[in-house]
Amino acid sequence: MANINLASEGGVVNSAPQSDSHEFDASKTRTQGQLVLRRFLRHRLAMVSLGVFVFLVLFAFVGPFIWTYDFEDVSSKSYQPMSGTHPLGTTQVGKDMLALLMRGTGYSLQIALIVAALATAIGVTFGALAGYLRGFVDTALMRLVDLLLIIPQIAVAAIVVKGFSGSWYVVALVLAAFAWMQIARITRGETLSLAQREFIEAARACGASTPRIIFKHLVPNMIGSITVNATLAIAAAVLTEAALSFLGLGVQPPDTSLGVIVLENYGQFMNRPWLFWGPFIVLVSLSLAVNFIGDGLRDAFDPRQTKVRA
Amino acid sequence: MIRYIIRRLLISVPILLIGSFACYVLVATAGNPLAEMRFRPGVTEADIKAAEISLGLDKPVVVRYWNWLTDFVSGDWGQSIALGQAKTAVYPAVTDALWTTGRLVIGAELLALTLGVSVGVLAAVRQYSIFDYLATSTAFLMFSMPIFCVAVIVKNYGIQFNNVLESMGLDRWLTTAGPRPGGFSGSFGEVVFKYTGTFLLPTVALMLISFAAYSRFERASMLEILHSDFVRTARAKGISQSRVIFRHAFRNALIPVATLFSLNFGAVLSGAIITETVFGWAGMGTLLVNSVRQFDPPMLMGWLAVTATLIVLFNLIADVVYGILDPRIRLG
Amino acid sequence: MTSVSELPSEDFLPSDDRATAPLLSVKDLSVTFPTDDGDVRAVRNVSFDLHAGDVLGIVGESGSGKSVSSMAIMGLLPKNAVIEGSIRYRGEELNGRTYKQMQPFRSKHISMIFQDPMTSLNPVYTVGWQLAETYRAHHDVSKKAAWAKAVEALELVGIPQPDKRANQYPHEFSGGMRQRVVIAMAIINDPSVIIADEPTTALDVTVQAQILDTMLRLQSETDAAIIMITHDLGVVAGMVNRVQVMYGGTVVESGPVDDVFEQPRMPYTVGLLGSVPNPATLGKRLTPIKGAPPSLVNLPSGCSFSPRCPLVADVCHEWEPELEEAGPNHTTRCHRWEHLVTVENPQRLFLHDEIGTVENPAVFAAANPDESLEVTAVHGSLITDEEAK
Repeated sequence: MANINLASEGGVVNSAPQSDSHEFDASKTRTQGQLVLRRFLRHRLAMVSLGVFVFLVLFAFVGPFIWTYDFEDVSSKSYQPMSGTHPLGTTQVGKDMLALLMRGTGYSLQIALIVAALATAIGVTFGALAGYLRGFVDTALMRLVDLLLIIPQIAVAAIVVKGFSGSWYVVALVLAAFAWMQIARITRGETLSLAQREFIEAARACGASTPRIIFKHLVPNMIGSITVNATLAIAAAVLTEAALSFLGLGVQPPDTSLGVIVLENYGQFMNRPWLFWGPFIVLVSLSLAVNFIGDGLRDAFDPRQTKVRA
Repeated sequence: MIRYIIRRLLISVPILLIGSFACYVLVATAGNPLAEMRFRPGVTEADIKAAEISLGLDKPVVVRYWNWLTDFVSGDWGQSIALGQAKTAVYPAVTDALWTTGRLVIGAELLALTLGVSVGVLAAVRQYSIFDYLATSTAFLMFSMPIFCVAVIVKNYGIQFNNVLESMGLDRWLTTAGPRPGGFSGSFGEVVFKYTGTFLLPTVALMLISFAAYSRFERASMLEILHSDFVRTARAKGISQSRVIFRHAFRNALIPVATLFSLNFGAVLSGAIITETVFGWAGMGTLLVNSVRQFDPPMLMGWLAVTATLIVLFNLIADVVYGILDPRIRLG
Repeated sequence: MTSVSELPSEDFLPSDDRATAPLLSVKDLSVTFPTDDGDVRAVRNVSFDLHAGDVLGIVGESGSGKSVSSMAIMGLLPKNAVIEGSIRYRGEELNGRTYKQMQPFRSKHISMIFQDPMTSLNPVYTVGWQLAETYRAHHDVSKKAAWAKAVEALELVGIPQPDKRANQYPHEFSGGMRQRVVIAMAIINDPSVIIADEPTTALDVTVQAQILDTMLRLQSETDAAIIMITHDLGVVAGMVNRVQVMYGGTVVESGPVDDVFEQPRMPYTVGLLGSVPNPATLGKRLTPIKGAPPSLVNLPSGCSFSPRCPLVADVCHEWEPELEEAGPNHTTRCHRWEHLVTVENPQRLFLHDEIGTVENPAVFAAANPDESLEVTAVHGSLITDEEAK
């Protein structure tokens, strides 16, 4: 039976993430990263969305340097219609809508990216720790999640923003405090199954420390789902931030965000529809683009879905 | 099963206690309800001190929490302490708001669930058909759509629809600014008609939002199950296609939806709050926003305690449903 | 409940015809899956006849098309599969039938035992319910009668306390017991043909033997014809009277099991037999086949085994041979089979001196990592067949 053991071990080593396994046939074999990148680049919708996303980033962060009006500039007349000088008109107080949109998109992006980064870092660490160590850590994490689930985010956001000002980073912190749970749950689940695999046992047998096992062995193997969920967390954060700000419970003036802009202008839906549709379209394209990128990444990391089942 | 429910209930109690304490600390540290008093003309330090003592604000947080908790459990939910307002009792204010929101949310959620699940199942069964593409892209679009924008759009098209009705010499049917005070009168047909007019727009807005999540989720879980081994076994039995889909696949695809339904509660609540705000319903959303603006700790605590209890209750119901749907859970 | 009256009953055929006419006749069956990377030619030109009482073994590595052909017979392939050729059951064409038209045949005439008992039962219904449902799909009886039948079927496959067990859910059964349930489901309607797709692969060795034993007993009791799909040559040797060896989606050798095992007429069969450790060859070197099975998208030109074949000649790269008679009832798809006959101890063909001995894996791996990797691939696939996934 010796050869059977050899064979099965060989098979596992072969599929384990040791980078030297492709040495044998370097001309044909691509690394996992190259394969993912290739599949992602082939995903047309995701590529278009990436273009839209890059455009929005440039719009938000480069646009203000080019555009003549500043978002705080109230020198223009109130409620100007769309024109060459004000392509999206002006608001009640005479702010240029295009300049406002640049600033608002910038803040929304800033918040969303920080929320996603924080949520992913916290979620992956907690999830991997809980899934790997099990026992007490796991129970503690689950109870914490239970606890956070019973307090509505919207109420916490409202109270915190009231108590500690509505600066964008306060909003980002509140959003991140609730967004990490989803990622922790997914990471925990994946860790639970990965921890049973031979290469983790091998690492443990070699005396690797817990942080090393988590960050050098577990996390690289979950990079697909982590990336996808981080992307989806960006889209969710864009929408949640906008919703909170729309209720007046998020970003407070003088800071602005897409939600604040909609809040200030949706009353003009009938008479000056561009004041509503402008921020609406930016908001929807932003969240659609990020969601599509997430979808493209998911397909790229997990091609099983598209394979024929026989 | 009963032992399971009791165990779950027992776990819920400490969670609710810790949760309410966390809320209490949060509310207590977030602001001072008397802060505004200082800026009033003719208010002296002594007045403020007196007010603090009368509200019990001079005591440590733990003591205040204990007092609040014992009062709350014994049914005394306290009084609003917002300045410049008539002192309203917390209990009726919260329950009234809850009733208003509940009427709206329950209908919309049931509709969204039914519609979402049916569309998801149909899209999965007819994968890659035109219906599937339509349903999938609609759901994807709605999923990426800001909730409040959906509500604003629905409301404004409702107003335009009313304008059209009016220009035809008819009454404005759809209510866009809060439910009519009092009930509905008239014949049965009239009541139904008015009732529909009042609820239609906010229900549609709320439903569209939840629908996206349910249909996406149901489609995914249905697809996964349609490709599973036991569905293949069912097909090999020689039973009809519809029996395979409904008795075997659908029955299993319902299990994850039960989880979603319970986890979705927070999202539904914020959806409801936004819809209420846009349509001017005086529900839980309005109550929250007003209590935060006027900084009214007793009202906020009442609000938080009620929602937290409801969420725990819904999670429990979802767990029970889960246990009924999935025999593998029943023993554990 | 579906009426089965339109089906050819056994009395329909003239009695003397029944003795010779095959139950199931597969002719030139080909299955292709169109994918983004090109057409996957999973099965090519597979033909066989199955008579009452036959036990036909289909062996091969994963990806050789064994499972796909059986799924094609049941009509269970996904919609995008292109199925060509003819599948006749008692003269009735099955290929091209809609789900509804296929329904009366499934389970009633042809039933299937699936590979993984852990996933092939519905987790939310009791075992008895699932068996009764299968029975009621083809018999217009009361639920109570169907339940009694279910209990009876459980008893038949050797499940203790069947009346109690029928009320339990699949997760309350062990793997071996679940596979018994799956077998009970396959025999409950007394079908003429049972297709067993790797019925023992997912089970422990001792349980495997019990399950095979049960199947043999049921086969002799019911006289159903069995198609046994497996990569386990031990199973084939113990159960089967005829065997078909599949490679690269097609049949490369076919014949009575003793002939094929003792006088293989296709180098692939030789290699397959040499890859299996068995007590008779204890202490001797295993003779694994070099290389990996062909990609079904880009099949090699000519014979699909030619890139790995030790007897390969120029003609093998040029065109794929037809099945040729190499003995009584024994056919092979090989240009070189007549040469193979002359080779003494053909297993030696697969010995590669550069490969170290298996008895010393460390040396084996270090001496030539390239070789070890390839050998691993062949063995790995033989051991963990993931074809059905």
